[in-house]
Amino acid sequence: MKHQKNEVIVIRNLSHFFGEGILRKQILFNINLTLKSGEIVIMKGPSGSGKTTLLTLIGALRSPQSGSLQVLGQELVGTNRRKMVKIRRQIGYIFQGHNLLECLTARQNVQMSIELHNNLSSEEAKQKSIAMLEAVGLGDRVEYYPHNLSGGEKQRVAIARALVSHPQLVLADEPTAALDSKSGRDVVEIMQRLAKELGSTILIVTHDNRILDIADRILEMEDGRLRVNHIPKAS
Amino acid sequence: MKIPLSWLQLSHEKVRLFVAIAGITFADVLMFMQLGFRDALFDSSTKMHKTLEGDLFMLSSQSDSTAFSSRFSRRRLYGIAGIKGIEYVTPIYIGSADWKNPELGNTRRIFVYGINPLYSTLKLPGVEQNIEKIKFPDVVLFDRLSRLDFGPIAQNYQQGKTVVTEVSGRKIRVGGLFSLGTSFGADGNIITSDINFLRLFPNRDPGLIDMGIIKLEPGVDRDLILKTLQTKLVDGDVQVFDFDGLIVHEKKYWQTRTAVGFVFTLGTIMGFIVGIVIVYQILYTDVADHLPEYATLKAMGYTDLYLLGVVFQEAIILAIIGYLPSVSLTMLLYFGAANATGLPIAMSATKAITVFVLTGVMCAASGAISVGKLRTADPADIF
Repeated sequence: MKHQKNEVIVIRNLSHFFGEGILRKQILFNINLTLKSGEIVIMKGPSGSGKTTLLTLIGALRSPQSGSLQVLGQELVGTNRRKMVKIRRQIGYIFQGHNLLECLTARQNVQMSIELHNNLSSEEAKQKSIAMLEAVGLGDRVEYYPHNLSGGEKQRVAIARALVSHPQLVLADEPTAALDSKSGRDVVEIMQRLAKELGSTILIVTHDNRILDIADRILEMEDGRLRVNHIPKAS
Repeated sequence: MKIPLSWLQLSHEKVRLFVAIAGITFADVLMFMQLGFRDALFDSSTKMHKTLEGDLFMLSSQSDSTAFSSRFSRRRLYGIAGIKGIEYVTPIYIGSADWKNPELGNTRRIFVYGINPLYSTLKLPGVEQNIEKIKFPDVVLFDRLSRLDFGPIAQNYQQGKTVVTEVSGRKIRVGGLFSLGTSFGADGNIITSDINFLRLFPNRDPGLIDMGIIKLEPGVDRDLILKTLQTKLVDGDVQVFDFDGLIVHEKKYWQTRTAVGFVFTLGTIMGFIVGIVIVYQILYTDVADHLPEYATLKAMGYTDLYLLGVVFQEAIILAIIGYLPSVSLTMLLYFGAANATGLPIAMSATKAITVFVLTGVMCAASGAISVGKLRTADPADIF
């Protein structure tokens, strides 16, 4: 299968199992999916449908077992740990819990992501982190510790951290789950705006029906199968 | 400069950091005290050696400690006297005899040193002034720092009384006092001439001595002569040391062949283990508490090696900042202990470095144990 330049994720016949022996349970069944550059895609589905498993496979956080899974032109099936770590650095992650480092300020948390790409001086990295925090509307919270930020603010720091290195692919798992509707809405709109500016592809796993309208495409997972693959009505 | 995550992680939780430092300081002070007492006791066992006036020292090859020395033929000592560069050689006889307490009449073992009064073999206050007296028959010098069980010898002597008692059944007179002090081996000491010594020990062969002192001519290369002698005497029944070698030889006996060395070494190891447990607790809790954060870093693309580095840096930082207060605290305790026990207990560069290295090893070991927990930071779990 040839990789095309504008295809960020190409998945063919991906199946995944948990457990060993008689406890072995199939979680994903023959997933086929292609995500194009710049697309914002939302994946819905009930708990236990396998959507988080799929997300962790795409994010190179878990080793895929069979089929084909190409992320940013790299085949992940049968790859080694070192390549997986390299792929991770090219992906922006936004987690359900913000997962910020409590001992670091907002700016330092963002800077941790920049430091993975070893080409900026510390002053440049600092400036870039501050600029990114300003872009998510936290210009006045730069030196705050997560402890002193609200839920929505923390999630915005997490977005700044995920996007500061201009990743081609952003993966988000329930980014609005812990937020009230207003903060949740702000968070996804910031994600949408920045991703459009940077040309990033975004894959969001969510239960939150209020944010479906930002998606270019909505996928639905059920019992480990990708059921529907439809374009939302223009709202 | 990259963000110093290890330091920020540690300093973020002030209480935990304080407890960690207190724990390491405690472990360090424990080690310092054990080493301090051990060194002090070993130092006391080499007190006599430190007063010897000589450049090189000959012992029997069988001899581990002068407190229980084996004897060797004095011909071995006189045999080398002709070597160019040697000014003179002089033997020391050492033995223990029964000293009769002149007041109570009971006896106790006392150390007897027999020296040639023509040479100032022992640089001790009191010996040089009184050296003429031991040329008289059956006159000895008594150590005023001996245990009190030997009787009120020093008081009586200082009051001008004639102090007469029996050593090994032979009547002697105390002709003067000196200050050496007790050690592991000796509760008390007397010094007399070689001739008087042999009178106290009539069964001893005058040809067998316990130690030989070798005095070199001024300006002679001591190391060269030592090498010459060691080559000359190889496979022989005697061994030759310079001063440092003699001290090491004597201390080694107490360190390795007696329970004393073992007890304090064990104490030091205990302190070391306590330290490992404390640092491990701190690091383990730190890793466990930050597991989701570490998993997040892994998901972002940080390597396991980076996280190992963070934990080890934390260990080293803890080692350093826990060590520093322990030094000043120890010096305070040494001062108090020295006053209370009279032992020569003091801080030394060797102890400071030893404990610092032990602290480093202690923290690194705890780090190595607690990184096992890091492996459970699975980035797949955080989505």
